[in-house]
Amino acid sequence: MPEKLARILAPYRGQKGATVPVLQKVQEEIGYLPEEVISEIANFLGLTKNEVYGVASFYGQFRFERPGEHTIKCCQGTACYVQGGRRILESVERELNIPSGETITKDYRFGLERVACFGSCALAPVMVVDKTVYGRMTPSRVREILAQYQGA
Amino acid sequence: MAFDEIRKQAIAEWEALQHSDKPRILVGTATCGRAAGALAVLETIERELSRLGIEATVTQVGCIGLCYAEPIVDIIKPNRPRICYSSVTPEIISRLIEDYLVNDNPRSDLALGFIGEGSVDGIPKLFELPMLKPQVRISLRNCGHIDPTDIKQYIANDGYSGFIKALKMTPEEVIAEVKKSGVRGRGGAGFPTGQKWEFCRRSPGKEKYLICNADEGDPGAFMNRSQLESDPHAVLEGILIGAYAIGTTKGYIYCRAEYPLAVERLNIALEQMREYGLLGENILGSGFSFDIEIKEGAGAFVCGEETALMASIEGKRGMPRSRPPFPAVSGLWGKPTNINNVGTWADVAAVLQKGGEWYSHFGSETSKGTKTFSLAGKVARTGLIEVPMGIKLGDIIYEVGGGIVGGKKFKAVLTGGPSGGCLPASMLELSVDYENLTKAGSIMGSGGMLVADEDTCMVDMARFFLSFTQAESCGKCVPCRVGTRQMLDSLERITQGGGQPGDIERLEQLAHLVLSTSLCALGGTAPNPVLTTIRYFRDEYEAHIYQKRCPALVCSKLISYYILPDKCEGCGICLRACPVEAITGGKRMVHVIDQDKCTKCGTCLSVCPERFSAVVKVSGEKLDVPSEPIPVVSSRAKRKSESSDKP
Repeated sequence: MPEKLARILAPYRGQKGATVPVLQKVQEEIGYLPEEVISEIANFLGLTKNEVYGVASFYGQFRFERPGEHTIKCCQGTACYVQGGRRILESVERELNIPSGETITKDYRFGLERVACFGSCALAPVMVVDKTVYGRMTPSRVREILAQYQGA
Repeated sequence: MAFDEIRKQAIAEWEALQHSDKPRILVGTATCGRAAGALAVLETIERELSRLGIEATVTQVGCIGLCYAEPIVDIIKPNRPRICYSSVTPEIISRLIEDYLVNDNPRSDLALGFIGEGSVDGIPKLFELPMLKPQVRISLRNCGHIDPTDIKQYIANDGYSGFIKALKMTPEEVIAEVKKSGVRGRGGAGFPTGQKWEFCRRSPGKEKYLICNADEGDPGAFMNRSQLESDPHAVLEGILIGAYAIGTTKGYIYCRAEYPLAVERLNIALEQMREYGLLGENILGSGFSFDIEIKEGAGAFVCGEETALMASIEGKRGMPRSRPPFPAVSGLWGKPTNINNVGTWADVAAVLQKGGEWYSHFGSETSKGTKTFSLAGKVARTGLIEVPMGIKLGDIIYEVGGGIVGGKKFKAVLTGGPSGGCLPASMLELSVDYENLTKAGSIMGSGGMLVADEDTCMVDMARFFLSFTQAESCGKCVPCRVGTRQMLDSLERITQGGGQPGDIERLEQLAHLVLSTSLCALGGTAPNPVLTTIRYFRDEYEAHIYQKRCPALVCSKLISYYILPDKCEGCGICLRACPVEAITGGKRMVHVIDQDKCTKCGTCLSVCPERFSAVVKVSGEKLDVPSEPIPVVSSRAKRKSESSDKP
C-alpha cells in the first residue's frame, strides 16, 4: 500500500490547493479512504490528519468505508422526486435489507448511494447499478433488476 | 498559422462536409442521449454500414435539447435536407439505414422533422414544431449541430470570431460592449456582467483570477452539463474574452464531478485550443497570455456559492465567508477574482461575435437576451430549452413543454430548484424575467424548471426541497444550520400526520428569520419553497394539519390502499406483485390488504387491470372492506343486480 500511495501522490508534490484532487485520485485508485491512507495523505500534504479528514468529510463524494461489489445509486433529484424516486429508494432498501440511511449490505455485495441528479431527468425516476442507467423505474422493476445482480 | 488561415481551412472543411457526396449520420451522444441508449444505436449504425458496404460519415454531436425524444439520430443524404429521427432504437436504425439510405424512403412515419432548405413529403420543419418555434438559440446555437470534440467545426461556425474582435479592441471597449448587451449573470442572481468585469478590472493588483462556475448542483438542472458536453468552445471563447477584458492570466473551470463526460470534452477542447495557439503564452501573437485549469467539484451544493467555491479550489472545506470584501477585490488566494456561470460565458461569446446591440434586442426591458432552462417533471416534452426573456411562463409549459402529461391538471411550476419557489396556475401569465420571478416569491436561479401536476403534494414538495438544503447546509452559520433543521422537523411532522395548530405561522416566522440572517445565498433562499407553498397552497397545509389528510394522496403516513370487494375479481395479480406480501386472497377470492404490513408503495394500484380498477387510494378516511378474503361475487351476478337496481 505505501508504495502504491507514494506513486499516486508523487505528481501532486508542491501543488497549490491539491487536497481535493489528491483525495479524488486516491479514492479512484483505492476505492475509498481508510484511516491509514488519510494519515499518509496528511503527511504528504504537510497537514494534520484532522485537517484532511475535515476536508474529506465535507464533500459528499468521499467514502470512508469499503464499497460494495455492486454500487446502486438511487437518484433523489427533483425530477425523480416528482416521479416517485423515493419509492424506488425504499424498494431497494427493503429488497437488500439496508436500513434507511445506511450504505452497504452486511456481506459487502451491494453499496447504496442516494445521489442528487444524474441529469437524466427525462427518464425519471432513475436508478444506476454500477454504470448501467435504468430509467422509468417502478418498485417491481427494482426487484427484477436486483435479482439479475444477486444471481451473478 | 495565423487565425485567418485556420478559419479559412476550417470553413473549407465544413463546406466540403456539407456538400459531401456521402451520406452523413449525426447521433446525439450527450449524457441524456446515452442514458436513453444512444451508444447502442451508434454501434448498430457502424455495424450495419459495414455489413451493407455503405460509405457514410458518422458524427457524434451534442444535445439538441429534445430529451423526451432521445436517442436522436439525424440523417443527411447528399442534396437533401437533414432529417431528424426521434426515439431511435437499434431495430429502428437498422430499418432506417435499409429504407432511407438503400431504398430512398425517408420513412416520414419515424421522422420528427427536417432542417435546412427544401422539403420532404410528410415531414414538418423541425424548428417550426411547437416545442422549438418559441425558442431562440444563442447560448445553445451549436448544440446538436457540431461535433463538440472538433474545434474546427466550432471555428467554421463563427467560433472564436468574437475573441478575435475583442483582441482588436481595448479591454475597456470590450467591457462597454458587454454592458451594451445588457447580459446579466446566468447563475441565478442576475448581476450585470459588464459591471462585474469592470469592478475586477479596476481592482488594484497584477495577479487576478477568473472562474467559470460549472458546479451545477441544483438537482433537476442540467443546462451547464449539456452546454459543456455539446459546445464547450462557446464557453471557452467567452472565458478568453473575459480574461482579456479583465486582465487575468489564469482561469479555473470548477465542474461538478458527477459530469465526467463534460470534463472529458472540456479537456479535449483545451488541448485543441493549445494546439491552435488559442491558449497559453502570447495567444495568436497578441501578447495576451492566459491558461485554464479544470477543478472537479466533490459533491457539495454550497460550492455553487462563489466564496465557498473559491475555498474549495484552495483545497479547503467549501464554506462561504461574509462579503465584503467581494471577490472582485479579494477572491481566490486573496486576489481579485471574477466568477461567472457557464451560461454567461457562452452568451458573452455570442455578444462579441454579433454585437451588444444585437443581443439587447432579445428579451424584456430589464432582462436582456435569452435564458436556458431544463424543463422537467410532468410535462409531455421534457428538454433543454432556450427562450427569450419575457416569455410567458404558460407558453413554456404548454407550447414548448406540450402541457401536462397524461391529461392531468397543472398544479405548480418550480423555478430556481431548491432555492426557488412554487408558482401556481394563476402565475402562468407571468412573463419570465429576474424581477418578475423575484416579485412572485421565486427566483430565476440557474435554470431548473420543474412542473408538478395534481398528483404532487405541495407540503411534501417543500419538505423534499428543505431536506436537500438542510443536508447541504455547510453548518457555518447558525440560522441556516439550525433554522433549516427546525423547519424540516416541522414539515416532516406535518407530512406524517403530527401537525399542530400554529405550525404554519411558526414555519413562516422561522422562514423569514433564516432568510434574512443567513450568511450566504444557500440559507438566504432555502425557505423560498416553504414560503411560496404556504403563500399559494395554504389549504394543503391546513388539510394535513387539521384533517390529517393529504389532498394529493402522496404522504404515505396519511394514505391507505384498499381493494374494493365489489370490483375485485380475485385474479391474483396484485397479490403476486406486492413486494411485502401484504395482500391475502385466493383464486376467485376478494383480496385484502393488511394495512399494518402495507408500505404504501402503490404497486397494487399500478398493476390492477384497468377493467377491474379494484384498488383505490384514499386519505383521511377509512373504507369499510372485509378484513378477510371472501368469495368473489361473479361479474355476471354483479351486472344483474346492478340492472335490477335500476327503477
